Amino acid sequence: MSYLNPGLPKPVPAPDGLDAPFWAAAAEGVLKLQRCNACGRWQWGPEWICHHCLSDDLAFVEVEPRGRIYSYERVWHPVHPALKDQGPYLIVLVEFPDHDNARIVGNLLGDPEQEVTIGAPVRAVFEHHPDDEPAHTLVHWEMESVRGA
Amino acid sequence: MERSLRGRVAVIGVGETTYYKHGQSPDPEFKLALKAILAACEDAGISPKQVDGFASYSNDRSDPSRLAAALGIDDLRFANMQWGGGGGGGSGAIGNAAAAIATGMAECVVVFRALAQGQFGRFGQGPQRNVIAGDTAHTVPYGLMSAGQTFAMKVQRFMHDHGVEQSALRAISLASYHHAQNNPRAVMYGRPLTEEKYDSSRWIVEPFHLFDCCLENDGAAAMVLVSAERAAEVGHAPCYLLGAVSGSHHRAGASVHNAPDYATSAFKTVAPRLYDMAGVGPNDVDVLQSYENFTGGVLMSIVEHGFCEPDGCNEFFVKDNLIAPEGQLPTNTSGGNLAECYMHGLGLNIEAVRQVRGASTNQVADADVSMVISGPMVTPVSCCIFGSEATL
Ligand SMILES: [Zn+2]
Repeated sequence: MSYLNPGLPKPVPAPDGLDAPFWAAAAEGVLKLQRCNACGRWQWGPEWICHHCLSDDLAFVEVEPRGRIYSYERVWHPVHPALKDQGPYLIVLVEFPDHDNARIVGNLLGDPEQEVTIGAPVRAVFEHHPDDEPAHTLVHWEMESVRGA
Repeated sequence: MERSLRGRVAVIGVGETTYYKHGQSPDPEFKLALKAILAACEDAGISPKQVDGFASYSNDRSDPSRLAAALGIDDLRFANMQWGGGGGGGSGAIGNAAAAIATGMAECVVVFRALAQGQFGRFGQGPQRNVIAGDTAHTVPYGLMSAGQTFAMKVQRFMHDHGVEQSALRAISLASYHHAQNNPRAVMYGRPLTEEKYDSSRWIVEPFHLFDCCLENDGAAAMVLVSAERAAEVGHAPCYLLGAVSGSHHRAGASVHNAPDYATSAFKTVAPRLYDMAGVGPNDVDVLQSYENFTGGVLMSIVEHGFCEPDGCNEFFVKDNLIAPEGQLPTNTSGGNLAECYMHGLGLNIEAVRQVRGASTNQVADADVSMVISGPMVTPVSCCIFGSEATL
Protein backbone atom coordinates (compact mmCIF):
# COMPACT_ATOMS: atom_id res chain seq x y z
CA MET A 1 0.00 0.00 0.00
CA SER A 2 1.41 3.37 -0.90
CA TYR A 3 0.15 6.89 -0.29
CA LEU A 4 0.80 8.06 -3.84
CA ASN A 5 0.08 6.00 -6.92
CA PRO A 6 3.13 3.94 -7.93
CA GLY A 7 5.41 5.17 -10.68
CA LEU A 8 7.24 8.14 -9.21
CA PRO A 9 11.06 8.01 -9.16
CA LYS A 10 12.28 5.86 -6.25
CA PRO A 11 14.83 7.34 -3.84
CA VAL A 12 18.31 5.80 -3.84
CA PRO A 13 21.41 6.94 -1.94
CA ALA A 14 23.47 9.65 -3.63
CA PRO A 15 26.33 8.26 -5.75
CA ASP A 16 28.82 9.98 -3.44
CA GLY A 17 27.22 8.25 -0.44
CA LEU A 18 26.35 11.44 1.42
CA ASP A 19 22.83 10.48 2.50
CA ALA A 20 23.25 6.66 2.43
CA PRO A 21 22.99 6.33 6.26
CA PHE A 22 19.63 8.11 6.18
CA TRP A 23 18.13 5.67 3.68
CA ALA A 24 19.69 2.63 5.39
CA ALA A 25 18.13 3.71 8.69
CA ALA A 26 14.77 4.41 7.07
CA ALA A 27 14.72 0.85 5.73
CA GLU A 28 14.95 -0.27 9.38
CA GLY A 29 12.15 2.06 10.45
CA VAL A 30 14.55 4.49 12.09
CA LEU A 31 14.78 8.24 11.46
CA LYS A 32 18.31 9.65 11.45
CA LEU A 33 19.50 13.22 10.93
CA GLN A 34 23.00 14.63 10.76
CA ARG A 35 24.73 15.95 13.87
CA CYS A 36 28.16 17.48 14.26
CA ASN A 37 30.35 15.60 16.74
CA ALA A 38 32.48 18.70 17.26
CA CYS A 39 29.87 21.33 18.15
CA GLY A 40 26.67 19.31 18.54
CA ARG A 41 24.66 21.16 15.87
CA TRP A 42 22.07 19.32 13.82
CA GLN A 43 21.71 19.96 10.11
CA TRP A 44 19.58 18.77 7.22
CA GLY A 45 19.92 18.10 4.29
CA PRO A 46 23.18 16.36 4.86
CA GLU A 47 26.47 18.13 4.11
CA TRP A 48 30.10 17.02 4.10
CA ILE A 49 31.02 19.53 6.78
CA CYS A 50 29.20 21.28 9.61
CA HIS A 51 27.80 24.62 8.42
CA HIS A 52 28.43 26.10 11.87
CA CYS A 53 31.92 25.04 12.99
CA LEU A 54 33.11 23.58 9.65
CA SER A 55 34.23 20.29 11.20
CA ASP A 56 34.00 17.21 9.00
CA ASP A 57 33.36 14.99 12.02
CA LEU A 58 29.67 14.38 11.36
CA ALA A 59 27.39 11.53 12.37
CA PHE A 60 23.91 10.34 11.45
CA VAL A 61 22.08 10.11 14.77
CA GLU A 62 18.70 8.56 15.52
CA VAL A 63 15.97 11.04 16.46
CA GLU A 64 12.52 10.44 17.86
CA PRO A 65 10.31 10.24 14.76
CA ARG A 66 8.07 13.07 15.89
CA GLY A 67 7.95 16.66 14.71
CA ARG A 68 5.55 19.45 13.94
CA ILE A 69 4.18 20.81 10.68
CA TYR A 70 6.20 23.84 9.59
CA SER A 71 4.37 24.27 6.28
CA TYR A 72 2.26 22.18 3.93
CA GLU A 73 0.65 22.17 0.52
CA ARG A 74 -2.23 20.42 -1.15
CA VAL A 75 -1.31 19.51 -4.71
CA TRP A 76 -4.08 19.29 -7.31
CA HIS A 77 -2.39 19.53 -10.70
CA PRO A 78 -0.35 16.42 -11.58
CA VAL A 79 3.08 17.17 -13.03
CA HIS A 80 4.04 13.51 -13.46
CA PRO A 81 2.21 10.84 -15.52
CA ALA A 82 2.06 8.50 -12.49
CA LEU A 83 -0.13 11.06 -10.68
CA LYS A 84 -2.60 11.56 -13.54
CA ASP A 85 -5.45 9.87 -11.65
CA GLN A 86 -4.17 10.57 -8.15
CA GLY A 87 -6.42 13.46 -7.19
CA PRO A 88 -5.27 15.89 -4.50
CA TYR A 89 -2.51 14.93 -2.09
CA LEU A 90 -0.78 16.55 0.86
CA ILE A 91 2.91 17.32 1.28
CA VAL A 92 4.17 18.48 4.66
CA LEU A 93 7.40 20.14 5.70
CA VAL A 94 8.09 18.75 9.17
CA GLU A 95 10.48 20.47 11.58
CA PHE A 96 12.25 19.10 14.64
CA PRO A 97 12.31 21.80 17.32
CA ASP A 98 14.68 19.76 19.50
CA HIS A 99 17.16 19.34 16.66
CA ASP A 100 17.95 22.94 15.65
CA ASN A 101 14.72 23.10 13.63
CA ALA A 102 15.99 20.76 10.93
CA ARG A 103 13.18 19.94 8.48
CA ILE A 104 12.25 17.05 6.23
CA VAL A 105 9.60 16.59 3.53
CA GLY A 106 6.98 13.84 3.40
CA ASN A 107 3.31 13.18 2.72
CA LEU A 108 0.61 13.64 5.35
CA LEU A 109 -1.47 10.46 5.59
CA GLY A 110 -5.23 10.52 5.87
CA ASP A 111 -7.91 12.42 4.00
CA PRO A 112 -6.15 14.54 1.36
CA GLU A 113 -8.82 17.21 1.82
CA GLN A 114 -8.41 17.38 5.60
CA GLU A 115 -7.73 20.75 7.17
CA VAL A 116 -4.03 21.07 7.99
CA THR A 117 -2.75 23.19 10.86
CA ILE A 118 0.74 24.66 10.82
CA GLY A 119 2.41 23.81 14.12
CA ALA A 120 0.43 20.59 14.66
CA PRO A 121 2.42 17.61 16.02
CA VAL A 122 2.98 14.66 13.70
CA ARG A 123 4.70 11.28 13.89
CA ALA A 124 6.54 9.34 11.21
CA VAL A 125 5.09 6.38 9.32
CA PHE A 126 7.58 4.34 7.33
CA GLU A 127 6.30 3.10 3.97
CA HIS A 128 8.51 0.16 2.96
CA HIS A 129 8.78 -1.16 -0.58
CA PRO A 130 11.12 -4.17 -0.13
CA ASP A 131 10.01 -5.88 -3.33
CA ASP A 132 10.38 -2.87 -5.61
CA GLU A 133 13.37 -2.55 -7.92
CA PRO A 134 15.23 -0.95 -6.27
CA ALA A 135 13.89 -1.57 -2.76
CA HIS A 136 13.26 1.68 -0.92
CA THR A 137 11.45 3.27 2.02
CA LEU A 138 9.48 6.52 2.18
CA VAL A 139 9.04 8.48 5.41
CA HIS A 140 5.50 9.80 5.76
CA TRP A 141 3.69 11.58 8.59
CA GLU A 142 0.40 11.33 10.39
CA MET A 143 -1.28 13.61 12.87
CA GLU A 144 -0.48 12.80 16.50
CA SER A 145 -4.20 13.27 17.10
CA VAL A 146 -4.90 10.16 14.97
CA ARG A 147 -5.20 7.18 17.33
CA GLY A 148 -4.69 3.47 16.76
CA ALA A 149 -2.93 3.84 13.44
CA MET B 1 36.81 56.14 -6.73
CA GLU B 2 33.44 55.13 -5.31
CA ARG B 3 32.77 51.48 -6.07
CA SER B 4 29.33 51.66 -7.65
CA LEU B 5 27.67 51.12 -11.00
CA ARG B 6 25.43 54.12 -10.50
CA GLY B 7 25.01 56.03 -13.75
CA ARG B 8 28.07 54.54 -15.42
CA VAL B 9 26.32 52.31 -17.96
CA ALA B 10 23.19 52.73 -20.05
CA VAL B 11 20.82 50.58 -22.06
CA ILE B 12 20.73 51.86 -25.63
CA GLY B 13 18.72 49.13 -27.32
CA VAL B 14 16.14 46.48 -26.56
CA GLY B 15 14.79 43.70 -28.76
CA GLU B 16 12.31 40.86 -28.55
CA THR B 17 11.07 38.18 -30.88
CA THR B 18 7.40 37.41 -31.24
CA TYR B 19 6.31 35.55 -28.12
CA TYR B 20 4.81 32.13 -28.77
CA LYS B 21 2.99 29.59 -26.67
CA HIS B 22 5.44 26.89 -25.65
CA GLY B 23 6.23 24.55 -28.47
CA GLN B 24 4.82 26.87 -31.13
CA SER B 25 7.91 28.80 -32.19
CA PRO B 26 8.66 28.28 -35.88
CA ASP B 27 12.33 29.00 -35.12
CA PRO B 28 14.76 26.97 -33.02
CA GLU B 29 16.08 28.51 -29.83
CA PHE B 30 19.43 29.70 -31.20
CA LYS B 31 17.79 31.52 -34.10
CA LEU B 32 15.40 33.17 -31.63
CA ALA B 33 18.44 34.44 -29.71
CA LEU B 34 19.96 35.86 -32.89
CA LYS B 35 16.70 37.55 -33.89
CA ALA B 36 16.35 39.26 -30.50
CA ILE B 37 19.98 40.42 -30.58
CA LEU B 38 19.63 41.79 -34.11
CA ALA B 39 16.45 43.62 -33.07
CA ALA B 40 18.15 45.11 -30.02
CA CYS B 41 21.10 46.31 -32.11
CA GLU B 42 18.76 47.83 -34.67
CA ASP B 43 16.89 49.61 -31.86
CA ALA B 44 20.24 50.90 -30.57
CA GLY B 45 21.28 52.04 -34.03
CA ILE B 46 24.53 50.08 -33.95
CA SER B 47 25.97 47.29 -36.05
CA PRO B 48 25.85 43.89 -34.32
CA LYS B 49 29.54 43.64 -35.19
CA GLN B 50 30.21 46.30 -32.55
CA VAL B 51 29.03 43.94 -29.82
CA ASP B 52 32.00 42.56 -27.90
CA GLY B 53 30.36 40.76 -24.99
CA PHE B 54 27.42 38.59 -23.96
CA ALA B 55 25.86 37.98 -20.56
CA SER B 56 23.03 35.61 -19.72
CA TYR B 57 21.66 33.49 -16.89
CA SER B 58 19.82 30.30 -15.99
CA ASN B 59 22.20 28.18 -18.09
CA ASP B 60 21.07 29.68 -21.37
CA ARG B 61 21.97 27.24 -24.13
CA SER B 62 22.92 29.86 -26.76
CA ASP B 63 26.69 29.81 -26.38
CA PRO B 64 28.37 33.23 -26.68
CA SER B 65 31.16 31.96 -28.92
CA ARG B 66 28.62 30.52 -31.32
CA LEU B 67 26.71 33.80 -31.22
CA ALA B 68 29.89 35.76 -31.92
CA ALA B 69 30.69 33.48 -34.85
CA ALA B 70 27.18 33.75 -36.25
CA LEU B 71 27.22 37.54 -35.97
CA GLY B 72 30.74 37.87 -37.40
CA ILE B 73 32.08 39.66 -34.34
CA ASP B 74 35.83 40.37 -34.57
CA ASP B 75 36.82 40.70 -30.95
CA LEU B 76 34.81 38.86 -28.27
CA ARG B 77 35.91 40.28 -24.93
CA PHE B 78 33.32 39.14 -22.39
CA ALA B 79 31.31 35.90 -22.11
CA ASN B 80 29.44 35.62 -18.83
CA MET B 81 26.91 33.31 -17.20
CA GLN B 82 25.18 34.18 -13.94
CA TRP B 83 24.78 30.95 -11.97
CA GLY B 84 21.44 29.89 -10.59
CA GLY B 85 18.16 28.79 -12.04
CA GLY B 86 14.80 30.32 -12.80
CA GLY B 87 14.69 34.03 -13.39
CA GLY B 88 16.95 34.84 -10.46
CA GLY B 89 19.76 36.00 -12.72
CA GLY B 90 17.91 38.45 -14.98
CA SER B 91 19.02 41.65 -13.31
CA GLY B 92 22.21 39.95 -12.18
CA ALA B 93 23.27 39.41 -15.79
CA ILE B 94 22.65 43.10 -16.46
CA GLY B 95 24.82 43.92 -13.45
CA ASN B 96 27.57 41.62 -14.72
CA ALA B 97 27.47 43.24 -18.15
CA ALA B 98 27.56 46.69 -16.60
CA ALA B 99 30.49 45.76 -14.37
CA ALA B 100 32.43 44.60 -17.42
CA ILE B 101 31.77 47.88 -19.21
CA ALA B 102 32.46 50.06 -16.16
CA THR B 103 35.81 48.38 -15.61
CA GLY B 104 36.91 48.46 -19.24
CA MET B 105 36.70 44.71 -19.81
CA ALA B 106 34.24 45.27 -22.66
CA GLU B 107 32.64 48.15 -24.56
CA CYS B 108 29.29 46.91 -25.79
CA VAL B 109 27.61 43.96 -24.08
CA VAL B 110 24.38 42.21 -25.02
CA VAL B 111 22.31 40.69 -22.22
CA PHE B 112 19.94 38.08 -23.60
CA ARG B 113 17.72 35.11 -22.79
CA ALA B 114 16.32 32.65 -25.31
CA LEU B 115 13.86 29.86 -24.60
CA ALA B 116 12.28 27.25 -26.80
CA GLN B 117 10.64 24.84 -24.40
CA GLY B 118 9.08 23.02 -27.33
CA GLN B 119 12.59 22.19 -28.52
CA PHE B 120 14.05 21.35 -25.13
CA GLY B 121 11.23 20.27 -22.82
CA ARG B 122 8.96 22.12 -20.43
CA PHE B 123 9.73 23.52 -17.01
CA GLY B 124 6.49 22.59 -15.31
CA GLN B 125 7.01 18.84 -15.49
CA GLY B 126 8.58 16.44 -13.02
CA PRO B 127 11.49 14.08 -13.77
CA GLN B 128 10.42 10.88 -15.50
CA ARG B 129 12.84 8.13 -14.61
CA ASN B 130 12.87 5.10 -12.32
CA VAL B 131 15.19 6.28 -9.55
CA ILE B 132 16.32 9.59 -8.12
CA ALA B 133 19.35 10.42 -5.97
CA GLY B 134 20.73 13.43 -4.12
CA ASP B 135 18.82 16.37 -2.67
CA THR B 136 15.76 15.76 -4.82
CA ALA B 137 15.51 12.13 -3.60
CA HIS B 138 14.13 13.72 -0.43
CA THR B 139 11.32 15.58 -2.23
CA VAL B 140 10.41 14.07 -5.62
CA PRO B 141 9.18 10.65 -4.32
CA TYR B 142 6.63 12.57 -2.22
CA GLY B 143 5.28 14.31 -5.30
CA LEU B 144 7.17 17.57 -4.67
CA MET B 145 8.90 18.19 -7.96
CA SER B 146 7.76 21.31 -9.83
CA ALA B 147 8.68 24.93 -9.24
CA GLY B 148 5.11 25.68 -8.22
CA GLN B 149 5.19 22.95 -5.60
CA THR B 150 8.59 24.11 -4.34
CA PHE B 151 7.45 27.69 -3.90
CA ALA B 152 3.90 27.10 -2.67
CA MET B 153 5.41 25.66 0.51
CA LYS B 154 7.18 28.98 1.23
CA VAL B 155 4.21 31.14 0.34
CA GLN B 156 1.85 29.06 2.47
CA ARG B 157 4.05 29.68 5.51
CA PHE B 158 4.35 33.42 4.77
CA MET B 159 0.59 33.76 4.41
CA HIS B 160 0.13 31.86 7.68
CA ASP B 161 2.64 34.04 9.54
CA HIS B 162 1.14 37.31 8.33
CA GLY B 163 -2.53 36.54 7.87
CA VAL B 164 -2.39 37.14 4.11
CA GLU B 165 -5.63 36.39 2.29
CA GLN B 166 -6.09 34.91 -1.18
CA SER B 167 -7.34 38.29 -2.40
CA ALA B 168 -3.79 39.67 -2.12
CA LEU B 169 -2.46 37.08 -4.57
CA ARG B 170 -5.48 37.64 -6.79
CA ALA B 171 -4.79 41.38 -7.03
CA ILE B 172 -1.33 40.71 -8.48
CA SER B 173 -2.79 38.48 -11.17
CA LEU B 174 -5.60 40.95 -11.95
CA ALA B 175 -3.10 43.78 -12.40
CA SER B 176 -0.98 41.76 -14.83
CA TYR B 177 -3.98 40.76 -16.93
CA HIS B 178 -5.29 44.33 -16.82
CA HIS B 179 -2.03 45.63 -18.28
CA ALA B 180 -1.87 42.87 -20.90
CA GLN B 181 -5.17 44.09 -22.39
CA ASN B 182 -3.36 47.24 -23.58
CA ASN B 183 -0.30 45.37 -24.85
CA PRO B 184 -0.74 43.77 -28.30
CA ARG B 185 2.50 41.78 -27.81
CA ALA B 186 1.01 40.01 -24.81
CA VAL B 187 0.05 36.36 -25.17
CA MET B 188 -3.04 37.15 -23.03
CA TYR B 189 -4.00 40.26 -25.05
CA GLY B 190 -7.75 40.12 -25.57
CA ARG B 191 -8.23 37.64 -22.72
CA PRO B 192 -9.15 39.70 -19.64
CA LEU B 193 -9.35 38.25 -16.14
CA THR B 194 -12.07 38.98 -13.58
CA GLU B 195 -12.26 38.23 -9.88
CA GLU B 196 -14.89 35.60 -10.60
CA LYS B 197 -12.77 33.92 -13.26
CA TYR B 198 -9.80 33.84 -10.89
CA ASP B 199 -11.83 32.49 -7.98
CA SER B 200 -13.40 29.73 -10.04
CA SER B 201 -10.15 28.67 -11.71
CA ARG B 202 -8.72 25.34 -10.66
CA TRP B 203 -6.08 24.92 -7.99
CA ILE B 204 -2.63 24.02 -9.24
CA VAL B 205 -1.20 23.69 -5.77
CA GLU B 206 -2.69 25.59 -2.85
CA PRO B 207 -2.37 28.55 -2.41
CA PHE B 208 -1.87 28.95 -6.20
CA HIS B 209 -4.80 28.97 -8.58
CA LEU B 210 -4.16 28.57 -12.31
CA PHE B 211 -3.92 32.36 -12.68
CA ASP B 212 -1.24 32.64 -9.97
CA CYS B 213 1.17 30.74 -12.21
CA CYS B 214 3.35 32.06 -15.02
CA LEU B 215 2.98 31.16 -18.65
CA GLU B 216 5.36 28.84 -20.46
CA ASN B 217 6.55 30.45 -23.68
CA ASP B 218 9.04 30.35 -26.50
CA GLY B 219 10.91 33.43 -27.63
CA ALA B 220 13.94 35.57 -26.93
CA ALA B 221 14.76 38.98 -25.51
CA ALA B 222 17.94 41.07 -25.57
CA MET B 223 19.30 44.45 -24.55
CA VAL B 224 22.43 46.37 -25.53
CA LEU B 225 24.53 48.10 -22.86
CA VAL B 226 27.35 50.63 -23.33
CA SER B 227 29.11 53.20 -21.15
CA ALA B 228 27.17 56.31 -20.19
CA GLU B 229 29.62 58.41 -22.25
CA ARG B 230 29.00 56.38 -25.37
CA ALA B 231 25.26 56.24 -24.75
CA ALA B 232 25.09 60.01 -24.91
CA GLU B 233 26.14 59.78 -28.56
CA VAL B 234 23.32 57.50 -29.76
CA GLY B 235 19.69 57.97 -30.73
CA HIS B 236 17.39 57.14 -27.80
CA ALA B 237 17.34 59.14 -24.61
CA PRO B 238 19.66 56.88 -22.59
CA CYS B 239 18.23 54.69 -19.88
CA TYR B 240 20.86 54.58 -17.17
CA LEU B 241 21.53 51.75 -14.78
CA LEU B 242 21.44 53.15 -11.25
CA GLY B 243 22.18 49.86 -9.53
CA ALA B 244 22.17 46.09 -9.94
CA VAL B 245 22.83 43.53 -7.22
CA SER B 246 22.36 39.83 -6.61
CA GLY B 247 22.75 37.24 -3.87
CA SER B 248 20.78 35.64 -1.08
CA HIS B 249 20.70 35.29 2.70
CA HIS B 250 22.32 32.90 5.18
CA ARG B 251 22.00 29.29 3.96
CA ALA B 252 19.27 30.20 1.47
CA GLY B 253 20.46 27.24 -0.57
CA ALA B 254 20.26 24.67 2.25
CA SER B 255 18.72 21.59 0.67
CA VAL B 256 15.37 19.91 1.38
CA HIS B 257 13.67 23.22 2.31
CA ASN B 258 16.06 23.93 5.20
CA ALA B 259 16.87 27.63 4.74
CA PRO B 260 16.61 28.94 8.31
CA ASP B 261 14.70 32.02 7.13
CA TYR B 262 12.36 30.04 4.91
CA ALA B 263 9.23 32.02 4.08
CA THR B 264 11.00 34.70 2.07
CA SER B 265 11.54 35.84 -1.49
CA ALA B 266 15.30 35.86 -0.62
CA PHE B 267 15.62 39.64 -1.00
CA LYS B 268 16.02 40.70 2.64
CA THR B 269 19.78 41.12 2.34
CA VAL B 270 19.77 42.01 -1.35
CA ALA B 271 17.23 44.84 -1.53
CA PRO B 272 19.07 47.17 0.90
CA ARG B 273 22.21 46.84 -1.22
CA LEU B 274 20.27 47.84 -4.32
CA TYR B 275 18.86 50.99 -2.72
CA ASP B 276 22.29 51.81 -1.35
CA MET B 277 23.94 51.57 -4.76
CA ALA B 278 21.16 53.34 -6.63
CA GLY B 279 20.91 56.15 -4.09
CA VAL B 280 17.12 55.95 -3.94
CA GLY B 281 14.52 54.42 -1.62
CA PRO B 282 11.18 52.70 -2.14
CA ASN B 283 9.35 56.03 -2.10
CA ASP B 284 11.35 57.17 -5.15
CA VAL B 285 10.34 54.20 -7.31
CA ASP B 286 7.84 55.25 -9.97
CA VAL B 287 7.13 51.87 -11.53
CA LEU B 288 7.99 48.25 -10.71
CA GLN B 289 8.42 45.07 -12.70
CA SER B 290 8.45 42.15 -10.27
CA TYR B 291 9.15 38.65 -11.57
CA GLU B 292 6.12 36.43 -11.24
CA ASN B 293 6.90 32.78 -11.47
CA PHE B 294 3.99 32.73 -9.00
CA THR B 295 2.07 35.62 -7.46
CA GLY B 296 3.23 34.70 -3.95
CA GLY B 297 6.80 35.55 -4.95
CA VAL B 298 5.72 39.01 -6.08
CA LEU B 299 3.98 39.58 -2.78
CA MET B 300 7.01 38.67 -0.67
CA SER B 301 9.36 40.60 -3.01
CA ILE B 302 7.34 43.78 -2.69
CA VAL B 303 7.33 43.42 1.08
CA GLU B 304 11.06 42.79 1.21
CA HIS B 305 11.80 45.80 -0.98
CA GLY B 306 10.08 48.00 1.56
CA PHE B 307 6.90 48.94 -0.30
CA CYS B 308 4.57 47.32 2.21
CA GLU B 309 4.71 45.93 5.75
CA PRO B 310 4.41 42.12 6.03
CA ASP B 311 1.26 42.49 8.11
CA GLY B 312 -0.25 45.06 5.73
CA CYS B 313 -0.54 42.90 2.62
CA ASN B 314 -4.33 42.60 2.58
CA GLU B 315 -4.68 46.38 2.43
CA PHE B 316 -1.79 47.06 0.03
CA PHE B 317 -2.43 44.31 -2.52
CA VAL B 318 -5.58 45.53 -4.21
CA LYS B 319 -5.78 45.89 -7.97
CA ASP B 320 -6.16 49.68 -8.01
CA ASN B 321 -2.87 50.07 -6.13
CA LEU B 322 -0.98 48.03 -8.70
CA ILE B 323 -2.14 49.39 -12.06
CA ALA B 324 -0.83 52.15 -14.29
CA PRO B 325 -1.02 55.04 -14.54
CA GLU B 326 -2.57 56.06 -11.20
CA GLY B 327 -1.81 53.19 -8.84
CA GLN B 328 0.38 53.68 -5.81
CA LEU B 329 2.88 51.16 -7.22
CA PRO B 330 2.16 50.30 -10.86
CA THR B 331 3.48 46.75 -11.18
CA ASN B 332 4.16 44.50 -14.17
CA THR B 333 2.94 47.05 -16.67
CA SER B 334 3.47 44.87 -19.74
CA GLY B 335 1.46 41.99 -18.30
CA GLY B 336 4.69 40.34 -17.21
CA ASN B 337 5.29 36.62 -16.92
CA LEU B 338 1.64 35.97 -16.09
CA ALA B 339 0.05 37.60 -19.09
CA GLU B 340 2.60 39.03 -21.54
CA CYS B 341 5.18 36.29 -21.90
CA TYR B 342 7.43 34.11 -19.79
CA MET B 343 10.93 34.87 -21.04
CA HIS B 344 12.55 34.09 -17.70
CA GLY B 345 11.92 37.70 -16.80
CA LEU B 346 14.16 39.56 -19.23
CA GLY B 347 10.97 40.93 -20.75
CA LEU B 348 10.42 42.67 -17.42
CA ASN B 349 13.77 44.44 -17.70
CA ILE B 350 12.87 45.53 -21.21
CA GLU B 351 9.53 46.87 -19.98
CA ALA B 352 11.37 48.80 -17.26
CA VAL B 353 13.51 50.45 -19.97
CA ARG B 354 10.37 51.26 -21.99
CA GLN B 355 8.92 53.03 -18.97
CA VAL B 356 12.00 55.26 -18.69
CA ARG B 357 11.76 55.97 -22.42
CA GLY B 358 8.06 56.78 -22.11
CA ALA B 359 7.19 54.00 -24.54
CA SER B 360 5.16 51.50 -22.50
CA THR B 361 1.64 50.51 -23.53
CA ASN B 362 0.76 51.22 -19.87
CA GLN B 363 2.92 54.27 -19.40
CA VAL B 364 3.41 55.82 -15.97
CA ALA B 365 3.85 59.60 -16.08
CA ASP B 366 7.44 60.76 -15.53
CA ALA B 367 8.79 57.29 -14.86
CA ASP B 368 12.28 58.39 -13.85
CA VAL B 369 13.03 55.56 -11.44
CA SER B 370 12.11 52.13 -12.80
CA MET B 371 12.81 48.99 -10.78
CA VAL B 372 13.03 45.30 -11.67
CA ILE B 373 12.95 42.41 -9.21
CA SER B 374 14.20 39.15 -10.74
CA GLY B 375 13.31 35.61 -9.73
CA PRO B 376 12.06 35.59 -6.15
CA MET B 377 12.42 32.46 -3.98
CA VAL B 378 15.37 30.97 -5.90
CA THR B 379 19.00 31.60 -4.98
CA PRO B 380 20.76 33.76 -5.98
CA VAL B 381 18.13 36.38 -6.76
CA SER B 382 18.82 39.80 -8.27
CA CYS B 383 17.29 43.21 -8.82
CA CYS B 384 18.13 46.46 -10.56
CA ILE B 385 16.99 50.04 -10.97
CA PHE B 386 17.04 52.03 -14.20
CA GLY B 387 16.83 55.81 -14.25
CA SER B 388 16.30 58.65 -16.67
CA GLU B 389 18.86 61.40 -17.21
CA ALA B 390 17.03 63.41 -14.53
CA THR B 391 18.11 60.91 -11.86
CA LEU B 392 21.85 61.30 -12.41
ZN1 LIG C 1 29.92 21.73 14.09
